[in-house]
Amino acid sequence: MVIFMDEIKGKIRSFESMGLVDGPGIRFVVFMQGCELRCLYCHNPDTWNKDFFSEEISPKNLIKKINRFKPYFGTEGGVTFSGGEPLLQPKFLIECLRLCKKNNIHTAIDTAGVGFGNYDEILSLTDLVILDIKAVKEDEYKFITGQSMKRFNIFLDACQRLGTKLWLRQVIVPGINDDKQHMIALRDYIKTIKNVEKVELLPYKTIGVTKYKALKLPYRLEGVSDMDEKKCKELEKFLLDGLGFNN
Amino acid sequence: MKKIDENCENDRFYQGFKGKTWKEEINVSDFIDSNYKEYRGDDSFLAGKSKKTAKVWAKCEKLLALERKKHLLDVDTVNMSGINSFPAGYIDKANEVIVGLQTDKPLKRIVNPYGGLRMVHNALAAYNRTLDPAAEKVFSSMMRKTHNDGVFDAYTPNIRKARSAGLITGLPDAYGRGRIIGDYRRVALYGIDRLIEEKQKDLLSDELLDIDCEEDIRIREEVSEQIRALGKIKEMAKTYGYDISKPACNAKEAFQWTYFAYLASVKENNGAAMSLGRVSTFLDIYIERDMANGILDEEGAQELVDQFTIKLRLVRHLRTPEYDEIFGGDPTWVTESIGGMLNEKKSLVTKNSFRFLHSLINLDPSPEPNLTVLWSTRLPINFKKYCAKISILTDSIQYESDDVMSPIYGHDYAIACCVSAMKVGKQMQFFGARCNLAKSLLYSINEGKDEKSGKQVVDGIEKMTDSVLNYEKVKKSYFKTLDIVAKTYVDALNIIHFMHDKYAYEAGQMALHDTFVERLMAFGMAGLSVATDSMSAIKYAKVKPIRNEDGIATDFEIEGEFPKYGNDDDRVDKIAVEIVQHFISTLKKHKLYRGAKHTLSALTITSNVMYGKKTGTTPDGRKAGEPFAPGANPMHGRDCSGALASLNSVAKIPYCDCCQDGISNTFSIIPNALGHDMISRVKNLVGILDGYFVQGAQHINVNVLDREKLIDAMNHPDKYPTLTIRVSGYAVNFNKLSRAHQEEVIARTFHNRIGC
Repeated sequence: MVIFMDEIKGKIRSFESMGLVDGPGIRFVVFMQGCELRCLYCHNPDTWNKDFFSEEISPKNLIKKINRFKPYFGTEGGVTFSGGEPLLQPKFLIECLRLCKKNNIHTAIDTAGVGFGNYDEILSLTDLVILDIKAVKEDEYKFITGQSMKRFNIFLDACQRLGTKLWLRQVIVPGINDDKQHMIALRDYIKTIKNVEKVELLPYKTIGVTKYKALKLPYRLEGVSDMDEKKCKELEKFLLDGLGFNN
Repeated sequence: MKKIDENCENDRFYQGFKGKTWKEEINVSDFIDSNYKEYRGDDSFLAGKSKKTAKVWAKCEKLLALERKKHLLDVDTVNMSGINSFPAGYIDKANEVIVGLQTDKPLKRIVNPYGGLRMVHNALAAYNRTLDPAAEKVFSSMMRKTHNDGVFDAYTPNIRKARSAGLITGLPDAYGRGRIIGDYRRVALYGIDRLIEEKQKDLLSDELLDIDCEEDIRIREEVSEQIRALGKIKEMAKTYGYDISKPACNAKEAFQWTYFAYLASVKENNGAAMSLGRVSTFLDIYIERDMANGILDEEGAQELVDQFTIKLRLVRHLRTPEYDEIFGGDPTWVTESIGGMLNEKKSLVTKNSFRFLHSLINLDPSPEPNLTVLWSTRLPINFKKYCAKISILTDSIQYESDDVMSPIYGHDYAIACCVSAMKVGKQMQFFGARCNLAKSLLYSINEGKDEKSGKQVVDGIEKMTDSVLNYEKVKKSYFKTLDIVAKTYVDALNIIHFMHDKYAYEAGQMALHDTFVERLMAFGMAGLSVATDSMSAIKYAKVKPIRNEDGIATDFEIEGEFPKYGNDDDRVDKIAVEIVQHFISTLKKHKLYRGAKHTLSALTITSNVMYGKKTGTTPDGRKAGEPFAPGANPMHGRDCSGALASLNSVAKIPYCDCCQDGISNTFSIIPNALGHDMISRVKNLVGILDGYFVQGAQHINVNVLDREKLIDAMNHPDKYPTLTIRVSGYAVNFNKLSRAHQEEVIARTFHNRIGC
């Protein structure tokens, strides 16, 4: 059995040993390679292709690496599997989460909720899901990601069924969703979701443009400027007030 | 012996103080342990700056702005350095609560000719000033020779070669060695008369009366000089209207007495680092007593701290342009060590620990005094949080591990300069600058010849002709080179400190030490990460030297990838540890002057820029002339696995018995990467510090700022008059750095979320 586990290898884009905005406390972040969404504002297009340059690592070796950072985790911190889309490598992810739990490490996954299933097992080993809500309406979701909301809904249903703790996020892009109307729709949508601990709006940044150029990919938000941080905060406040949250 | 507590005169001074041992012998540490009150609360008690402080500081700000423009405001070219050589000076007499300046005017610098007259002339010439001819004549007739003259009389050809090649540089052979901390608290606790009395007793002790070698004669001479110096400190205080022959009897006097003692040291000496020690918790005892007696309130206590701090911020020394290249930004290292633990459970944190840090808010950020928090994972959480908050707001604090140092130095030690620990009043240091580890590596590949000048600097290194460098062979040659360099280095330091003791003895500071003092000789390294990555490249990639017609490798072709120091990768981090361990063990083979103990540091101050300039292309891909990383830092931009991986690599360099003079790490992070808001930033910074230090790391400088802000400050200095950043064991006003130093700071790794 052990030998079999060692055969699973994860495709990893990179690691960040000091993730301070990726869940509670100080976190080791594993950026996994591969994503099937093609979000307009994605600033990591280098993680899209699963076979693009990446490092292969076994769960055992990854945990060895993560354990080196345990002194920083304290009572809140831990590991966050991000991406790319961590749900696209379920076997590897499950094994990693299992080993984290064995080592008493808090686990989070930062996801858009678009994977290949095995969700019950994944979520039973996950302390927190940081879920990116691209949009709340099918047409807008498709406009932003290029895909239907179906797979996202399956994942969210699993989270709800298993009572998984959720942090919800949405990227705010000028001219796309930076208005009160969208916030009201988002608020009403979030109200239907259980176990939400935190809601955050992230201002869109043009920081990814250079990566597109390097990869010779077209940048579809050409000409759209950075989202004004102050305005984003105001929208966030409006949303949180509407939800009765005080983050 | 007359029992002190039977002396009713002393009741006035010691009333309300507990304990006995400290009354019977000079023992400040026992006084602190017996009387201080630990504070575990938060920062809500702190007061703003008083009206008087505001007035005094406003005047200083104007002077400081003027100084930033002119670099040197004024210099006394008539009076020479000395404890009591200058008339009293004031900033704003009516509003000064703590008095005393180095000269008769604030920021007016002192000429110290004891190190060497040539340096004085050079420094003055840089500002179009000249020494008063009459003064020079008097000095020349009084002094047979200077420290600098003595050193050069004794230097060997090997030392001269190593010095001019940039192999061993920054040596204190032309300026004061510094890094000596007088126990300035002794003057407040005992008064000058008692201290003189004790030194006189020492002179008559059996140990000092038994003369059978040169050292015995010398110590008698030194103690006599110490006694004279104590007398001068008393005289100097008198020019300000204070009689410090007796102990301080209230908080204001305790601050003033302590300051006079420190002031005497910076009037007498121009050492690179003239550190303060560990005074805040000591002084808190006096504040608490005054508060209990109803004669001092919180605003008054903060006023004492702020006014004391103002004085420390005004300390200056006259420096040559060459000196500024090594130690950029006009630093003085008035290092004050704050916090630490008394034992497993009780910390040495008092309200005064908070007040000292709070001066950075009341008086705006400032590089001096060099506030150093002795961190322990067991410190009260409220204090940890306050430190983190002040770091985030001011970039003016450094942190050093009490958990690593207190088992070696006990609980009453302090930091001299940046990272050098010593027991206060019981140990002193022979400062030894640093040796260029990267250049040594090039020598091992180039037959001991300098890669820039082609000159033979180190003898006995075999010629290497391999087209691809072989790791084992290079390592053998490198370690042999280090063995030879170590001997030259030890010789240089033994000569320097022999001559320093002889021609520029720090009588005032040594008077505030025990007569039998323990000596540490501090060796140093520059270019640790360059040497480490170079060795890693040779081991894991293919490195081909490109040799010129004289056979010297002036460039390297690197094929393939290799692990780099700063990514928590043992394959390379172990190389760093091995180099450091070899260097200290080879240094330890040589006997030191006055029975000193060998210590070693990975600390460069800003000399990493100068060392880089003097060093050719290295096998790690660093081009000739490019700066080294500072201290024990990974090379700029090569720590790609996030900040904590970088910290983990540095934490592997062993402190105890190895790098026991300190391992400096400077860490810059952008605010948004530290957290979205102040509460989470504070929490995260505390977590980072706990996690780093729990692994046995010794030091970290914390900067929380954006690179863009520094670039803007470089181009528009007037917009950022108080922008302070931690550089390498100390903080500087960013505007005071040279362009080359500014550019190097900007090129450093700023940890964000994106990596590289």
